[in-house]
Amino acid sequence: MFWRDYLIPRLLQYFLVIFLGITIVFFIPRLAPTNPVERTIAEVRSRGQYLDPAHIKDMVDALTEMYGLSGSWWEQYKDFWVRLSRGDFGVSFFQFPTPVIELIKRALPWTVGLLFTTTVLSWLFGNIVGGMAGYAHSRGWSKLLDFLAMFVRPIPYYVVALGLLILFGYVYRLFPIGGGATIGVRPSWTLAYIKDVLRHAFLPALSMVLLGGASWFQTSKLIVQNVKAEDFVQYAQLGGIRESRIMFRYIIRNAMLPQVTNLALSLGQILSGALITEIVFSYPGLGHLLYSAITTGDYNLIMGIISLSIVAITTLVLIVDLLYPLFDPRIRYK
Amino acid sequence: MALGSTLRDLFRDYRFVVAFIVLLFLVALAVISAFSPYDPTIWYYAPRDLKPSSQHILGTDSRGQDIFWQAAFAIRNSLIISIVAGLFSRLIAVAVGLVAGYQGGRTDRVLMFITDGFLVIPLFLILVMLAMLIRDKMNVFTTGLLLAVFGWAWDARVLRSQVLSLREREFTKTAILSGTPTLELVFKEYMPYITPLAFSTLINNMSWAIGMEMTLSIIGLTNMDIPTLGTNLKWALNYQAILMRRWNWILTPVVLSVLLFIALYWLSVSISEYLDPRTRVQRVGGE
Repeated sequence: MFWRDYLIPRLLQYFLVIFLGITIVFFIPRLAPTNPVERTIAEVRSRGQYLDPAHIKDMVDALTEMYGLSGSWWEQYKDFWVRLSRGDFGVSFFQFPTPVIELIKRALPWTVGLLFTTTVLSWLFGNIVGGMAGYAHSRGWSKLLDFLAMFVRPIPYYVVALGLLILFGYVYRLFPIGGGATIGVRPSWTLAYIKDVLRHAFLPALSMVLLGGASWFQTSKLIVQNVKAEDFVQYAQLGGIRESRIMFRYIIRNAMLPQVTNLALSLGQILSGALITEIVFSYPGLGHLLYSAITTGDYNLIMGIISLSIVAITTLVLIVDLLYPLFDPRIRYK
Repeated sequence: MALGSTLRDLFRDYRFVVAFIVLLFLVALAVISAFSPYDPTIWYYAPRDLKPSSQHILGTDSRGQDIFWQAAFAIRNSLIISIVAGLFSRLIAVAVGLVAGYQGGRTDRVLMFITDGFLVIPLFLILVMLAMLIRDKMNVFTTGLLLAVFGWAWDARVLRSQVLSLREREFTKTAILSGTPTLELVFKEYMPYITPLAFSTLINNMSWAIGMEMTLSIIGLTNMDIPTLGTNLKWALNYQAILMRRWNWILTPVVLSVLLFIALYWLSVSISEYLDPRTRVQRVGGE
């Protein structure tokens, strides 16, 4: 039953979402009124470079080949998948001739580091503090936290990051205003370098933890308030079980379960948020790479980053979904 | 329930009052943009980089434009974008939610499958690709439409679960057994339940659309000639307003957008708490 009701639908969804996502990424540039090849040439021209008319034809041919635009749509489409499965996204146009996958590999550790740390921190922090606040919902500190969350929650990633950057990067110069580490310092496993990396990561991480934490806090508080009203809690209280044990083992643990599903559903948004935060702080991850790809019109790089993100996020969602039975005994034992 | 008493109940919530006043102020700002002495697309009509003065309340920017009037246009356009996006995505969300919830079975599974797909994929990235290719042709209306295509999935789920619970109610069976046509049942009986919910999700969606427009503008994917909260901020960033410590320039769109986001959010929280009878009883004492 577990296989048929739980695993198969999720696997099916996984492959279909990837299939549709990649297909959209493939077709958007081809359905658009402007041709990427013409656009690239126009952008090179608008930057004031002189192009010899005789060379333009060569350039068009070369670009058509590079963007995988030669042959019929069906051939291009098949080719796209074949290349994708090999991790080959072509070469970057504006950092010619570095392959796209090379650029992505360089940026990936920064994004994964930032994303992983902030997601875990804000999820745990938001759920535990939210759970405690929900348990003590009539207390002053609980109401105060709730009030503060009401201010942070609706602000988009970009504005929070920009606000922190202005406040702690420019007005009070406590933290560096951009980059992943001080320029010119060689990466190494020394304490000084690790401290330097952490200092650079602090503001981007803080802005994501604040936003993510506020949202987990609110949902968790609400769920706990509902769970607290259930019979088994009253029974435990009557049975004389210690308050802290009821709160952590009985209530918060139960309340965290739906939050695992919510985590899976919101991973896509969290990734988008991370990319945007990186742009604000010029953090050397995928978001920053995407930004420079957009400003230079580097189609191969853009398509590479987006395809990879879609595959990565759907895979993560699948993993979280498949781990869910480990947390929820009700599904495990069925 | 009369409109008067509904409003009276809502105004007992301080969040509703604050949000209402802030929104009133912002809408007023948007309305007076129609009386601006300047054309927002023209550069250098005023001396550049002026400090705030009686003639230019918030000073002028490096493009020789009055920051106050630029902000008024920005609020107007951002609001229009968000309303277009909100209304059109409500159409999709209500349609999907109603059909999926009412039909159930295979239709429901297929529709929810698509909806979940939209939730899982990092839509921001797909939007980036689309915006990149059509940015020069975008205006306020098409930007709103583009956002609408992506902003319906979560609310379709919310509406569907509401319809699911309505379908189990007694009156649905009575209506079906007494031969009420499906369309009439849905529009006459269900709509009164669906409309408030659609309205409270509308506010959240508007807030999302404004934020997304800002984000797309920052990475340079919208038409920079149309003043919006996003393009205002982008111009300030382009001219290094932070580095030059031109706070009057950079903070105007930031503060206005923060006010707008908080006001919309508080309005929606206040309304949805009012719609949820359990919390309403706690607050207004079960009238």
